[in-house]
Amino acid sequence: MSADVETRAPGTKEPGRAGKAVRSDRAKAEARLGWWLAGPAFVVMLAVTLYPILQALYDSLFQYRLTAPDDQKFVGLGNYQTVLTDRVFWGALLVTLLITVVTVVIELVLGFALALVMHRAIKSLRGILRTAILVPYGIITVVSAFAWFYMFDIQSGFVNHWFDWVPGISPDLNWFAQQGTSLFVICASEIWKTTPFISLLLLAGLAQVPTELEEAAEVDGATWWQRFARVIVPNMKAAIMVAVLFRALDAFRIFDNVFIMTNGANGTTVLSLLAYRTSIGRLEIGLGSAISVLLFLCVILICFIAIKLFKVDLASARGEG
Amino acid sequence: MMTTRQRVAWGVILVLVMVWALFPVVSIFATSFKLPSELNIGTFWPKTWTTTNYEQILGPDGSARDLFLPALRNSIGISLISTAVAVVLATIAAYAIARLDFPGKRLVLTTALGVSIFPVISIVTPLFNVWRNIGLYDTWLGLIIPYLSLTLPISIWTLAAFFRQIPWELEQAAQVDGATSWQAFRKAIVPLAAPGVFTTALIAFFIAWNDFVYGISLTSTSAARPVPAALAFFTGASQFEEPTGAISAAAVVVTIPVVILVLLFQRQIVSGLTQGAVKG
Repeated sequence: MSADVETRAPGTKEPGRAGKAVRSDRAKAEARLGWWLAGPAFVVMLAVTLYPILQALYDSLFQYRLTAPDDQKFVGLGNYQTVLTDRVFWGALLVTLLITVVTVVIELVLGFALALVMHRAIKSLRGILRTAILVPYGIITVVSAFAWFYMFDIQSGFVNHWFDWVPGISPDLNWFAQQGTSLFVICASEIWKTTPFISLLLLAGLAQVPTELEEAAEVDGATWWQRFARVIVPNMKAAIMVAVLFRALDAFRIFDNVFIMTNGANGTTVLSLLAYRTSIGRLEIGLGSAISVLLFLCVILICFIAIKLFKVDLASARGEG
Repeated sequence: MMTTRQRVAWGVILVLVMVWALFPVVSIFATSFKLPSELNIGTFWPKTWTTTNYEQILGPDGSARDLFLPALRNSIGISLISTAVAVVLATIAAYAIARLDFPGKRLVLTTALGVSIFPVISIVTPLFNVWRNIGLYDTWLGLIIPYLSLTLPISIWTLAAFFRQIPWELEQAAQVDGATSWQAFRKAIVPLAAPGVFTTALIAFFIAWNDFVYGISLTSTSAARPVPAALAFFTGASQFEEPTGAISAAAVVVTIPVVILVLLFQRQIVSGLTQGAVKG
């Protein structure tokens, strides 16, 4: 037994037999070593996110334009008042929320279908399927945006010619001249690019559903749908929740697709684009910082709602017990 | 084993998934081989296949060459460096998380999670201002540093999950068999840890390679502008010409490495993406 203690890995708990003083010394040394090793990564992460957001918080309290950098004036929450009373902001928020909800719902359905297909497929097929769906995952979002844009574009696109039998589609339909059709293509590109990610998360969740349960339900005469709704889904609730939350937060930050396809024209401005145009485009650092902070608060709010209301346990679902 | 009906059904499913996954890629691939005069006739495939568009971005007197080649160099360099830095830092941190018991272990992981959901655009405004003041605007370093906010958190998560599954007892077993601790680490642990580190690097590289927000906000010239941002600045050969062909060709060029990596390492990428993710 005592020899056992000697060779134990440092990560395991020591049995009570070891002296208390010895243990706390070792624990201290281990803690110190742990922080020496994990510290640099921790500090870098804080430096590249916490510091900038604090800076943004500070900048947002000033009237501050780079076109007149010496003309800085403390305005308190004035910038927030300007933003929150601006219809452009609320419009962008609404469009962002719309894109988020639509893409996440469709991706969840498509992703689930793909996950089930990969889960059931025989080994040789599984490899091909995985390779195919990893192509959209790996591709640059901007490339995806251009690909979809050129497909639908009134000049270079072929969609109008292929689908002119569909009511409403004709060779002179300009998809990017109206809000609805623009958002349709933007969502399509977003969905195509990110469904693989959600389906892989769901696939991992599917693998954790006990096969005995499914078989038992099948023996008991449950239909496919009953097995899906009553056995599979309840057993992978955590995986679904995490996948949805991660995708929702990601979709809420949408920028690339909108920038490339419409650059916010015709009521397609999203929050990220609004922040970009205000600070980088118009050099209004104060106002832009206020939008940045508000966007950040929205993300926190979504997380908070997910964790408190839907009880998504990110830590346990992401592998840390 | 399979009935004919099942085989047909699987065939249909396979075709559907392949079409869905590859269609946009094939579409832009086809566009990239079209003659400028054929760009607007609304066909899917080119009538005559031409490499004109590729000559525009790669050829010695291509009009978009000076835009594309520096961007390609910037993208490769910046993405590789920020991936390497992230993976080294994350490997050390994940080793500590997997093997040691120390207060704050969860804090490190929670921070990584928090950083990974951070809206990038919120960081860009302050960085834009600060970078201009301290001379990091439009430099490689000015992108490598913020790229760490993309590459580091996912690396820590993925590697911590990988490292937890390594049977660390092997190290002790090797030592009992007479190996020095360094030998034990190198011969027993490194071969087990290497695939995880490699997979993590691959995923982190994809994320850095994909960046657009930092790329377009923190650069202004070809000194540091990466490919995704450069694509948005392409212009046609004349002001009356859309840059469709050149952009498509450039898009295909930057997609080829992605497709090759996916073909070679699909199994590793999938395990890396899901390991850190949903584990009970």
